[in-house]
Amino acid sequence: MISPISPENSARDMSEVVAAVYRAESRHILATLIRLLGDFDVAEDALHDAFRAALEQWPKEGVPANPRAWLVSAGRFKAIDSVRRRARFDAAQEDVARQLEANAAGSGDSDDEGIADDRLRLIFSCCHPALAPDARLALTLREVCGLTTEEIASAFLTTPSTLAQRIVRAKAKIRDARIPYQVPAADELPERLDAVLHVVYLVFNEGYSASTGASVTRPDLSGEAIRLGRLLVELLPEPEAIGLLGLMLLQESRRDARTSPDGDLILLEEQDRSRWNRQQMAEGTALAERAVATRPARLDSFTIQAAIAAVHAAAPTPAATDWQRIAALYEQLAREHPSPVVELNRAVAVAMRDGPEAGLALIDALLARGELDDYRFAHAARADLCRRLGKTVESVASYEKSLALARQEPERRFFERRLRELGR
Amino acid sequence: MKYICLGYIDQKKWETTPEGEMHEMMDECFAYDDMLRKNGHFAAGEALQSAQNAVTLRWKNGKVSITDGPFAETKEQLGGILVLEAKDLNHAIQLMSKHPGVKAGPFEIRPADDLTGMIRESERRRAAAAR
Repeated sequence: MISPISPENSARDMSEVVAAVYRAESRHILATLIRLLGDFDVAEDALHDAFRAALEQWPKEGVPANPRAWLVSAGRFKAIDSVRRRARFDAAQEDVARQLEANAAGSGDSDDEGIADDRLRLIFSCCHPALAPDARLALTLREVCGLTTEEIASAFLTTPSTLAQRIVRAKAKIRDARIPYQVPAADELPERLDAVLHVVYLVFNEGYSASTGASVTRPDLSGEAIRLGRLLVELLPEPEAIGLLGLMLLQESRRDARTSPDGDLILLEEQDRSRWNRQQMAEGTALAERAVATRPARLDSFTIQAAIAAVHAAAPTPAATDWQRIAALYEQLAREHPSPVVELNRAVAVAMRDGPEAGLALIDALLARGELDDYRFAHAARADLCRRLGKTVESVASYEKSLALARQEPERRFFERRLRELGR
Repeated sequence: MKYICLGYIDQKKWETTPEGEMHEMMDECFAYDDMLRKNGHFAAGEALQSAQNAVTLRWKNGKVSITDGPFAETKEQLGGILVLEAKDLNHAIQLMSKHPGVKAGPFEIRPADDLTGMIRESERRRAAAAR
């Protein structure tokens, strides 16, 4: 079905229509074209050819009833066409063209379910464990989110050429080592999904707490991560994915309250809670509860962290925080997913529940093991507990260690402020 | 597609493994190899003697120099190679993840390179030179 051509459909209107379709559909179409054409680069060329064809044909013929299906089919024909043109010079290309036509004749080309699967296939290919972790990140942002190489490079403070090379190498590996375009089978799913969720959470954290640089956050990246999280929950509603989305939304809800107008860091207990985003808090809390209810016997680490964030969200004032519950959740996290950083957080929660003395004992034992020597927040947590206990000399020494290890300007300013307050 | 699986072992650890445990491991490995063979996944394979018996040839100052030992002195040495026939990388990973040998040391899976085109070009060059 083709909509009638109206005289008002000027060229400008039509290019806006095409641009809107591009924003809404280009990632779906790319994911399907990669499956049909079997190659990332060929599919990207086909995607652009398809949109060019839309710009030429839609003003004359009207916007098709199903633009996505139209574009997938146009992209596929353009790709087969260009292989055919090359076949005039290289006979081997004729086999490729025939192969492409055969692939394209398969079922599930452009029905909605087939396309949903394609987006998952794309995510799992981009986050394949055979790719280097930084390549997974770059490829996911480029192919799944549609960010430009320049945008990704600036977000990760690297040069576009370095980033482009990383993406080219990853695509070559997918092609040459034959990393298949598929959603993993049930027995491999937990581990492979974990790899995907870690990429998403890395993207979120880079946006929420940039590892280096002048400002604390890069909201665009967090927004992309939340979009990816929503997509995963929609396509593959496993408890880990639900928990991660809940965790990201709960953290995101505090974004505005986390920094002062000068870009200084504000700790949770000092934040103006009226600035927390209620809608994100409510959605995040509901997702955390849903994740816990889905598989209560064996909670994954994202879900436990989301549950902790939900307890904070439920407290109208810092004093009203249910530290009993938070400490219990951190104990569960430390038991089931042990790491030095989790133990540090547990120590802080215990300090809030049982008093700074108890927390300090745990942190000192943890620091004695040496794994957190270079972790600025371990020294900062120790400094804070010493400060509360009136151990000024020890507190100053620990803040000085944190300051020496700080990586962002706002962090540095925060530690300096604390040192000034202690009379240094 | 062919995937070359390089199996590494820690020689010292292997030498100190109790005999019973070693037999059990070898039986499991051979049984799994048989299953791969039966299903057409085992294209070729060889176990390697100890790295101590290796010799390394290297082009140096215009001639071949011969040194004892393996090329890289690492704790884990190449212990065997298996040429696997698999549909794609995920298939290769699935097949080798279940190989009991992975418990003795890491497997590196390398896709075989297809040099057909390069060989054809080389033949053309050589034919042209001979004319």
